[in-house]
Amino acid sequence: MADIAEPLRASSLAGGASDLSIRLRRGAEYVAIPLFALATSAVLFALFLLALGKSPLEFFELVYRGGFGTAFSIQNTLQRSAPLILTALAVAVPARIGLVMIGGEGALVMGGFAAAALAIPLVTGKAPVMLTLALMGVTGAFVGAVWVGIVGYLRHARGVNETISSLLLTYIGIAIMNFFVEGSLRDLTNPNKPSTMPLGEAYMVGKLPGTDVHWGLAAGIILAILLSVLLSRTTFGFAVRVAGGNPRAALAQGLPVGKLIVICCMIAGACAGLAGFFEVAAIQGRANASLVAGYGFTGILISFLARHNPLAIIPVAIMFGGIVASGGLIQRRMDLPDATVLVLQGLTFVVLLVSETLYGRFKIFQAGGTVERT
Amino acid sequence: MSENAVLIVLFAIIGGALRVSTPFMFVALGECLTEKSGRVNLGLEGTLVLGAMSAYAVSYHSGSPWLGVFAAGCAGSVLGGMHGYICKLPKVNDIAIGIAMMLFGTGVAFFFGKAYIQPSAPRLGSFSLGAWTGSAQLTTALQVNPLLLVGVAVALLMAWAFANTKWGLIVRMTGDSAPAARAMGVSVDLVRFLATTLGGFLAGVGGAFLSLYYPGSWNQGLSSGQGLMAVALVIFARWSPMRCVIAALLFGAAGAIGPALQSVGITQGYYFFNAAPYILTLAIMIASAGSKRAMRDVPGELSITK
Repeated sequence: MADIAEPLRASSLAGGASDLSIRLRRGAEYVAIPLFALATSAVLFALFLLALGKSPLEFFELVYRGGFGTAFSIQNTLQRSAPLILTALAVAVPARIGLVMIGGEGALVMGGFAAAALAIPLVTGKAPVMLTLALMGVTGAFVGAVWVGIVGYLRHARGVNETISSLLLTYIGIAIMNFFVEGSLRDLTNPNKPSTMPLGEAYMVGKLPGTDVHWGLAAGIILAILLSVLLSRTTFGFAVRVAGGNPRAALAQGLPVGKLIVICCMIAGACAGLAGFFEVAAIQGRANASLVAGYGFTGILISFLARHNPLAIIPVAIMFGGIVASGGLIQRRMDLPDATVLVLQGLTFVVLLVSETLYGRFKIFQAGGTVERT
Repeated sequence: MSENAVLIVLFAIIGGALRVSTPFMFVALGECLTEKSGRVNLGLEGTLVLGAMSAYAVSYHSGSPWLGVFAAGCAGSVLGGMHGYICKLPKVNDIAIGIAMMLFGTGVAFFFGKAYIQPSAPRLGSFSLGAWTGSAQLTTALQVNPLLLVGVAVALLMAWAFANTKWGLIVRMTGDSAPAARAMGVSVDLVRFLATTLGGFLAGVGGAFLSLYYPGSWNQGLSSGQGLMAVALVIFARWSPMRCVIAALLFGAAGAIGPALQSVGITQGYYFFNAAPYILTLAIMIASAGSKRAMRDVPGELSITK
């Protein structure tokens, strides 16, 4: 991920007005190329639908209607964007230090499950609601942080590839949840689907005032802003960027690269664990297999589309929240399988990565050819 | 546990190892070939799933499971070829492309596979390696599918070709040093493209085994990470085809522990035994990453071990 060091180099070419112009042109490139990739994948997907004899126009109209058309669908979209923002942040932060960490799904499941498990004694003991939710949130984030922290530690201490280990831990996390949910923590009053004990209405996370959207959205947006400041405006963020751009140079400078890697992974895990907490405490009301809904995997795509920029993640996550939210409508109206959204996501991901090759190829984004990208 | 039960469990594990290991073997061999050429294809999980779906669909429509196996290989080569082609573009990261291909392959398989969850397709046959013993238990335990033997044959062929043929040398050279290969007039991109495509073919065949023999039906939960584990397994096998076979058998045995214990009525910790292969993979990665022996055998151009 050599690209991560780029903003650094651009700003090191500081020099009054030309600095601004370079930044603007570079910024425009970062926006234009992903947009171009999105448009290309939309066209390719339209061709795919045409080949199947379905109307692409109807598809995109349904995405609009199901995701953004009415006040209800917008709220549904925002509801689904909340975990997506958090799981995308879980990919973006390690990416800044050069790691391709894709275990957000596992941290989400573990965080959500831990929160639900902790709630059992608290809810039965009739603990105060706010205290219970606070403890659950902290536990979810902490368990997620430890879960992905393992990935960072193994990467640093043993050189274990973080991509593979994080995905393996996802499968292990799901197995651990299943083990307890179908075993010792199973709520026996619910014969249909193995689940933990329901939290009950009183203990659920509330809605944002005047909307039907839960507080997870606010948490996601606030965290995205905080992490954006942390990564771009602090010494810590600077050290992370240096270590991500060139670990050897960072080591030579005396930066604690290993520590930075573990911290980045723990931040990532905390975000995903928090997403799990909100899924349990605001949507499901209990931990069960519904937690494994693919939010972690969609988060990977969102983070890549946003070029691992926490602020850019917010709009991209809302867009994908809309696509996910309209899935049911598309299934019913167009008689397409639920995997249609998966195909669209996979296609977008491939096209997006192919578009990486376009960076630096267009003169218009270069400041008079002074910045030579390699 | 009585002695008889121990024997039942043991046979079930051996039988399970022979059954479960085949997809691991094919994916690992495919990945081994790709990695020998200096590139990593993390997308083989998606290839495995798409292969399973294509095999099932073609077997259902044509009535010939072996045609299904071939179709799975072709579907796998298409995904592999896409990966191989995209990775040669400048500034494209092969690991990220692998993740994208994993999601893409799985999505396409689920999309077209919806129609094939219900119908039942003709499956691959099997024969027993233990029939000569006359013991009914051994005969059942040693039921194997011809694909297992094909896999072993492919491994032998690959090991021989890497060591003794010009093509094997070219692949190894490309994987160890791209500049050296270029200096010899070899097209690095072409070699890697072919190695990834062929690797995809093998992984697709592994998928065919899943849907046409064991478990022997198509559904969305058919493969949960086998493709990925096989990729990790190649590091453990230190890029040797024969060690890939042994590692695959080991993984098959680990995966068979849960069902084997269940067959004698021990259901305690079933989910943990389900997680056993993942935990084993992780443990193996921790143990083999950074070891001196692994470092000696790793193809020099590989990004995954750096």
